[in-house]
Amino acid sequence: MSTAPTSGDPYLVVDDLTVRFPTADGLVQAVTGLSYQVELGKTLGIVGESGSGKSVSSMAVLGLHDRRSAQISGSIKVAGTEVVGLSEGRMRELRGNAVAMIFQDALASLHPFYKIGAQLAEAYRTHHPKATKKEARSRALEMLERVGIPQPDKRIDQYPHQFSGGMRQRAMIAMGLINDPSLLIADEPTTALDVTVQAQILDLLQDLQQEFNSAIIIITHDLGVVAEMADDVLVMYAGRAVEYGSAKEVLTRPEMPYTWGLLSSVPDVAADTNARMIPIPGAPPSLLDPPSGCPFHPRCAHREKVPGDLCRTELPELLPAVHGEGHLKRCHLADPEAVFAAEVLPEIAPEMVEEKR
Amino acid sequence: MFSFLVKRILSGSLIVVLVSVMIYALFWYGPKSPALELCRRDTNNRCTPAKLVEFEDRLGYSNPIYEEYGKWAKGLVADRTIIHGTSEYDCPAPCLGISYRDKSLVTDQFKERFPVTVSLAVGASALYLLIGVTVGVLAARRRGSVADKALVASTLVFSSIPYYLVALLSFLILTLSTSVFPEAKYVPFLDDPLAWFSGLLLVWLVMGLYGATAYTRYSRGSMVEALGEDYVRTARAKGLRMRTVVTKHALRSALVPVITIFGLDVAFLLSGTVFTEKIFSLEGIGKWGIDAVNIKDLPVVQATTLVLAVSVVVMNIIVDIVYSILDPRVRLA
Repeated sequence: MSTAPTSGDPYLVVDDLTVRFPTADGLVQAVTGLSYQVELGKTLGIVGESGSGKSVSSMAVLGLHDRRSAQISGSIKVAGTEVVGLSEGRMRELRGNAVAMIFQDALASLHPFYKIGAQLAEAYRTHHPKATKKEARSRALEMLERVGIPQPDKRIDQYPHQFSGGMRQRAMIAMGLINDPSLLIADEPTTALDVTVQAQILDLLQDLQQEFNSAIIIITHDLGVVAEMADDVLVMYAGRAVEYGSAKEVLTRPEMPYTWGLLSSVPDVAADTNARMIPIPGAPPSLLDPPSGCPFHPRCAHREKVPGDLCRTELPELLPAVHGEGHLKRCHLADPEAVFAAEVLPEIAPEMVEEKR
Repeated sequence: MFSFLVKRILSGSLIVVLVSVMIYALFWYGPKSPALELCRRDTNNRCTPAKLVEFEDRLGYSNPIYEEYGKWAKGLVADRTIIHGTSEYDCPAPCLGISYRDKSLVTDQFKERFPVTVSLAVGASALYLLIGVTVGVLAARRRGSVADKALVASTLVFSSIPYYLVALLSFLILTLSTSVFPEAKYVPFLDDPLAWFSGLLLVWLVMGLYGATAYTRYSRGSMVEALGEDYVRTARAKGLRMRTVVTKHALRSALVPVITIFGLDVAFLLSGTVFTEKIFSLEGIGKWGIDAVNIKDLPVVQATTLVLAVSVVVMNIIVDIVYSILDPRVRLA
């Protein structure tokens, strides 16, 4: 049996996770050989384009995939308990309790026919079967107040469509946190919101994390969110980890051309006017038939710098990066730092190159 | 809610009035004289033009249409005396006229026959929902499985057989040759609830099972859609039991489109089920109405048509109210 985890122990350990979906067209390899861990009180940002396996991998943590249609292998340990292959009954005890998930688009994710308060109370009573309706309601009220919903005593009896977008996401967070989860998975929690509300929601998540010392996984395609929130970053491409390390390392000394691409495509109003926003050419690969070798090679601007045909023929291992402890990258480039400094940085942040001189 | 009801009842009444005027006008201005059938019958097929005029006079077709329609409409609220030639008939309000065929009061006939039709409708529609929705939900839960595919295929095959054939075969096999079920019989519910139930059981099963195939497909489809909604994923992520997720979260949304179809189906059931009544020899208003059309018995046709119009209007109001109960975003106005 697992002992009560303390801060510092990894609360969630994902090891060599593979998720596949057999379909009529073939086997979709949604996630392949993914490993990461999150400690209590820390935040992991998982970044990648649509279809890179971000959501699929975290839904596996909650066992939300249809058992008949998903093939899951590898190991997911929540507080020391193996979750892969866990019975539905045991899994249900974890869901919404020790591990909670909040989703993007709170309007679609909250039931349109039930009052906010009823939906929160239901989440509470599921894991506190002895609680009375009154207790559950006062707990719901408390949570709505905690996430900063004005007039919670009035709002508790309203329906989701009567809430604004930001308020709905707050209610969603309140529902996620109502059972004091140790791990909160936030799947693009700010995607559908406007910028000022985004910032409020991220602040709220940070406050709550400090208060409850929970581990957070934030799934996003927005590196700005990662820079603001995350302690560690996992960059995913075509179902695999392509770069993994502390947020500081990955964001300042990225060693994988896909991460460079993500950095180049972040719009920044405060940036030098000489800075360019460069989109990554092409589209994410099909997971039914991933490209040979490095899955990013068809879109990679630096593949010519690798001798031979290595990028096209051989999948690079996830190996320690040149710089930084625990910084891993999946790339054949011999000296990624030099390429980044010489070719990428001047394009995306000319002012930083000036400073260095 | 109150203003919604007032508005809908007023607009519904207007529809009912328009329907009754239309039926009246169709009879009046139709290609054949509305008195022809009656004239032929009463003269043993020797209806001369002179005789026909006599019959038209007797039934009131020589007066202006608005005068006759006015008399008919007034009868709904006030007692009236109907004069057919030399005979006089007392018709207390609500008077729907007297049948051309046997001079009986339409209102009395209606009171006798409508409970039969209502009983059939209640049992059949209950089975539509009970069997149709239950099976549909179970199939949606196992979407793509062999059981699901077999079920969808078999409902398609079953509902491709004409209804009258299903009803007739059931009657022939289950009642006439094997007597698994007794002969269908209507006993008023208040007289003997058990006899009411056992007398109509076979008829309900035939109507209900046949109609339920369509409901299986509707509810399977809308349940599959509901199970794919984000809020169902949220419900599972909360740690709810699958049974709770399905019944409380998915089914409630899935029922909304099913209720619309159900409302209209009930309205049509209430206006009579001709095949069922004919095959099982039940005296409901469906058979009554068809027989009346054949001999141009205007008062009876008028009455049975009004039942349909009123049922459709009332069921639509009920469906809208049920909608607003199921979905709080729907405002009654």
